[in-house]
Amino acid sequence: MSATLPVVASMFGSIPEPIVNYVIWPTTKFVIAFAVIMGIVAFTTLVERRVLGFMQARLGPNRVGPQGILQFVADPIKLLLKEDIVPAGAQKAAYFIAPMLPIIPAFLAFCLIPFGPPPTFAIADVNVGLLLVLALTSTGVYGIILGGWASNNKFSLLGGLRSAAQMVSYEVPFGLSIVGVLMLTGSLSLVEIVRYQEQSVWNVLPQLIGCFIFLVAMTAEVNRAPFDLPEAESELVAGFHTEYSGMKFAFFFLAEYASMLVNACLIVLLFFGGWTAAIAGHGLTTAAMQSMGWLGMILGFLIFGAKVAFFMILYIWFRGTFPRYRFDQLMDLGWKWMIPLALANIVVTGLVILIAQSGGAS
Amino acid sequence: MMLTGVPLALFMIVGTIAIASSILVVSMRNPVHSALFLLLTFLCVAIFFVMLGAEFVGAVQVLVYAGGIMVLFLFVVMLINVKALPTERVFTPGSIGGVMMGILLFLILAIVLGSGKWSPRVNEPDNVRSTTTVVTAPVTDAGGVTVQTETSETTVVGNSEAVGMALYRDYLVPFEVASLFLLVAMIGAIVIGKRDLNASEEESIPDFVAKKVADEERIKGVTGA
Repeated sequence: MSATLPVVASMFGSIPEPIVNYVIWPTTKFVIAFAVIMGIVAFTTLVERRVLGFMQARLGPNRVGPQGILQFVADPIKLLLKEDIVPAGAQKAAYFIAPMLPIIPAFLAFCLIPFGPPPTFAIADVNVGLLLVLALTSTGVYGIILGGWASNNKFSLLGGLRSAAQMVSYEVPFGLSIVGVLMLTGSLSLVEIVRYQEQSVWNVLPQLIGCFIFLVAMTAEVNRAPFDLPEAESELVAGFHTEYSGMKFAFFFLAEYASMLVNACLIVLLFFGGWTAAIAGHGLTTAAMQSMGWLGMILGFLIFGAKVAFFMILYIWFRGTFPRYRFDQLMDLGWKWMIPLALANIVVTGLVILIAQSGGAS
Repeated sequence: MMLTGVPLALFMIVGTIAIASSILVVSMRNPVHSALFLLLTFLCVAIFFVMLGAEFVGAVQVLVYAGGIMVLFLFVVMLINVKALPTERVFTPGSIGGVMMGILLFLILAIVLGSGKWSPRVNEPDNVRSTTTVVTAPVTDAGGVTVQTETSETTVVGNSEAVGMALYRDYLVPFEVASLFLLVAMIGAIVIGKRDLNASEEESIPDFVAKKVADEERIKGVTGA
């Protein structure tokens, strides 16, 4: 680390090397990433309302600041000042803990996601990074289940139960759709997966079915339309967060948008070449960016950001386009279509790799 | 393996949480609270795996147990709406026997593991995640005679590779047999749980619903008459 950032590293001259490398740098990076992500998440809520407004031929919020750009500051202030209501008969402890639970894994997952070329942007490049991200995102559902149960409200409970069933059903195709990528790249490290793609092509081409399943499953994982059954407002009032108000309500949405961002980052890293813009080793590869120094790092970050922004807009596009699924249709889609399709994808990928290897050997 | 400094402190903290939460799993009166403490125990165990250098198993522990199985547990507990147990505690002979069994098991484990026979070899940490392949190479010696020499090459591989090698190469048959057992158990559970598809609408009502309906009609008959 000190080799790439000599100026900043000299400030820590008196502190032992391991503490700088394993404590101070990761913490600094995480604090910066946390602040940036909070900003992006807040801004996404504004973008969502403006884009939905555009799609539905109406204005959306446009009064706070020029073009309504300060709306994302006004909303948190409003939510902070709102009265905090605890329903009678609520399970007190669980009711208070529930909104905090989904935020922790969502933000922890960002530690493992490389936002740009290594070494600057990856907070931690772990050997089993992808698996850890999956493990963390799968625990985000507890806040929703617990919040639904603790509210002492039948609509909340139904929302929580729906969320649990939906999460368990879509966790499976979510994991299976990645297996094809892992078979191609042979690594669970997100940095290695991006390195593989810049030397061949984006994984979306050989893994088109896997990418499609991942896209559907990731939308279902974060409870976004058309899979927003846990909070279906036409059936369940507001689902799991019916009884939540003020900042507790905001926490659920903070976690939802942070999870959206994690999943958008994941699909870009797994299927769309991450921070690189290269094909078969030509173009802006990781090595090319690293040789350009700081400029290359920022370029990589911007390319990554542009790709992630596209998928964030895609979520909103889905919401503006598709009608909500019925619950039995959701289960049918998950178990009868997504999982068999994902398994078939793994078998076909395995066969193709085997044929390619034996062809190369003979 | 002796722990010192920060790892020791971490082990003590996580270990205390693990033991305390696993005791709370059985002592909590509300089944949802029990399930949540079981989740906490699983997370602590995942941290132990990571501390032992088994990141892959740790991540899978969280993914499978915390992400899948515990969600289903909570789902079932909430769906059938189990009532909280009465707050007064009764020590039945059964529970005392359970405690005695627990202490006995602890003693046996302490005797077996305390000998140090099963602890990982401290000086060769890479032993755990390396594969040794025997390479046979023809070597021509000074006299012009070709002999086959065997050299063992030890390659240190990553965590997930080591698990993959163990499951799909070294222990393939036991692994596949175990998965077949699980499949049979799953089909068995589905067959037992499934209602008879050929039965008419009335017959396919589960027993407890039919009993409830019968009860209500009986009560109606008593009060209405």
